[in-house]
Amino acid sequence: MNIYAEPEGARTGDRLRYLARDIRRQSLTMVHRAKVGHPGGDLSAADILAALYFSALRVDPQRPTAPDRDRFIMSKGHCCCALYTTLAMRGFFPFSDLADYAQPLSPLNGHPNRTKVAGVEANTRPLGHGLPVAVGAALAAKLDGAAWRTFVLTGDGELQEGSNWEAAMAAAHFGLENLTLIVDRNRIQQGAPTETIIRLEPLAEKFRAFGWAVREIDGHDCTALSDTFAAVPFEPGRPNCVIAGTVKGKGVSFIENRAEWHHHVPTDGELAAALEELKGGLDR
Amino acid sequence: MGSSGLSRFAKRFPTRLVNVGIAEQNMVGIGAGLANGGKIPFVCGAACFLTARALEQIKVDAAYSQANVKLCGMSSGLGYGPLGPTHHSIEDMAWLRAIANLTIIVPADALETAQAVRAAAAMEGPVFLRLSRTPVPDVHPPEYVFQTGSATILRPGRDVTLIANGAMVWRALAAARLLAAEGLSARVLNLSTLHPLDLKAIRDAAETTGAIVTVEEHSTRGGLGGGGLGGAVAEATATTCPVPMRILGIPGTFAPTGSTEWLLEYFGLTPEGIRDAALEVVGVKVRP
Ligand SMILES: Cc1ncc(C[n+]2csc(CCOP(=O)(O)OP(=O)(O)O)c2C)c(N)n1
Ligand SMILES: [Mg+2]
Repeated sequence: MNIYAEPEGARTGDRLRYLARDIRRQSLTMVHRAKVGHPGGDLSAADILAALYFSALRVDPQRPTAPDRDRFIMSKGHCCCALYTTLAMRGFFPFSDLADYAQPLSPLNGHPNRTKVAGVEANTRPLGHGLPVAVGAALAAKLDGAAWRTFVLTGDGELQEGSNWEAAMAAAHFGLENLTLIVDRNRIQQGAPTETIIRLEPLAEKFRAFGWAVREIDGHDCTALSDTFAAVPFEPGRPNCVIAGTVKGKGVSFIENRAEWHHHVPTDGELAAALEELKGGLDR
Repeated sequence: MGSSGLSRFAKRFPTRLVNVGIAEQNMVGIGAGLANGGKIPFVCGAACFLTARALEQIKVDAAYSQANVKLCGMSSGLGYGPLGPTHHSIEDMAWLRAIANLTIIVPADALETAQAVRAAAAMEGPVFLRLSRTPVPDVHPPEYVFQTGSATILRPGRDVTLIANGAMVWRALAAARLLAAEGLSARVLNLSTLHPLDLKAIRDAAETTGAIVTVEEHSTRGGLGGGGLGGAVAEATATTCPVPMRILGIPGTFAPTGSTEWLLEYFGLTPEGIRDAALEVVGVKVRP
């Protein structure tokens, strides 16, 4: 039985917070077992993913390719462990499949593959692919006059790729109010802070200048996340940008804000200590 | 920068490391501009992104413009293992070999890598260095001298030639030892410069041994019967001295999930796999 199934109307911030905690626990466990993955980005995106899959997205795990489903594209595909866990919790495939992550011949590769994993919309992991694909999806819905929406999650360092800004221009040009970009603004990329490597600020102003409606929120406040997602479109005729202020490695004291945890694999001791700090999800 | 392992360089030469962030296209363009300004930029990035993302910049800004840019494709081939096909760089040689004016070097061990880097810096014009993250044993003697455009016979032989480059060279040498146990003498040719091609060495291999097996950590598709190395050798022999060949590599598929070692075995890029291909090709050869 899937203990995460059927939110039963209880889509409260508290419930989402528990779900997010379980996403964190399971992601770390997967990275530890497979000895490959990105704990920092998994943990910073956990609340966003919980709010999307357990509150905002109109998806049916029984009909993962239903034409009228909302689309979610995980552009920061290196955080596939958090995505796989969320999809399993939402019922797209059995939770037990997660143990197979990165093992020989597993469908759960080091990046999401839409041809192999139910619920995945795009094969991502090279950074800067998700937003252009999301623009295309949103444009398709608009051309059809269809009601489904498109959401896409990028990293913040990822925004240094130029393709994002070509897509940002196109989205505004086409008036894609059915498109929502969420930026996981944890201020750290691989090895160092974004502002040290190539500055992104003023980020909100950039998106506004590109014609987007922008909201800046706490990316770990599940109530704010689900309320914000429920409020799209923010302004008629404009694509929506949610800059989610996050902490890379959120939830585990010795991972938070540590650049080296971008793709550090936890030792046995580190995993145990992290799971201890993350106690109190729904699964116990 | 992280993917390129440049932190020690950054420590030693802090002002000579330019980190452009996650922006490969911009990186190659900036490299071409630095070269225009008289610098000798080494532009480093994961081979998959450097080549796939910035291919037009490599073609136009570096090769076509004859910019003095040295491109370093790190962690090439299947080096990223379980990170999957997005991170595997197994098409790069086919793409780059089709671009004019671009010297391509695929060194086989640490000694050759160090020399190839110096050679690239010393020569004028664009160079692509295809580098590996897979540990390899030394295949060259300490007195080895790398020369751009020259293939090296690492082991003499009469019955078949195993042509390889990069991380496949030691495997070809190991295969030659296995073949010796079967009574076959296999020449091993390290074709570390993929462009310009050492036509003389390839033709001599064809004429003298009459059969060729190519081994590359790359797709076997993309050129004439082969992607990078196999295609290059097939082109060279087909027009001069055609002999039966076996082209080993990744056979035109996206790899399944698995570690680098596991994938190499899965695709038969092992000493045993190379030996079996050599036995097969020797069986059909017509020349002595
Ligand atoms: C095109 C491309 N270049 C480089 C990489 C290597 N890489 C993987 S994750 C990463 C850092 C991403 O930072 P950010 O977008 O801030 O993600 P997060 O902090 O959420 O993990 C890099 C450079 C990549 N995946 N794709
Ligand atoms: Mg980040």
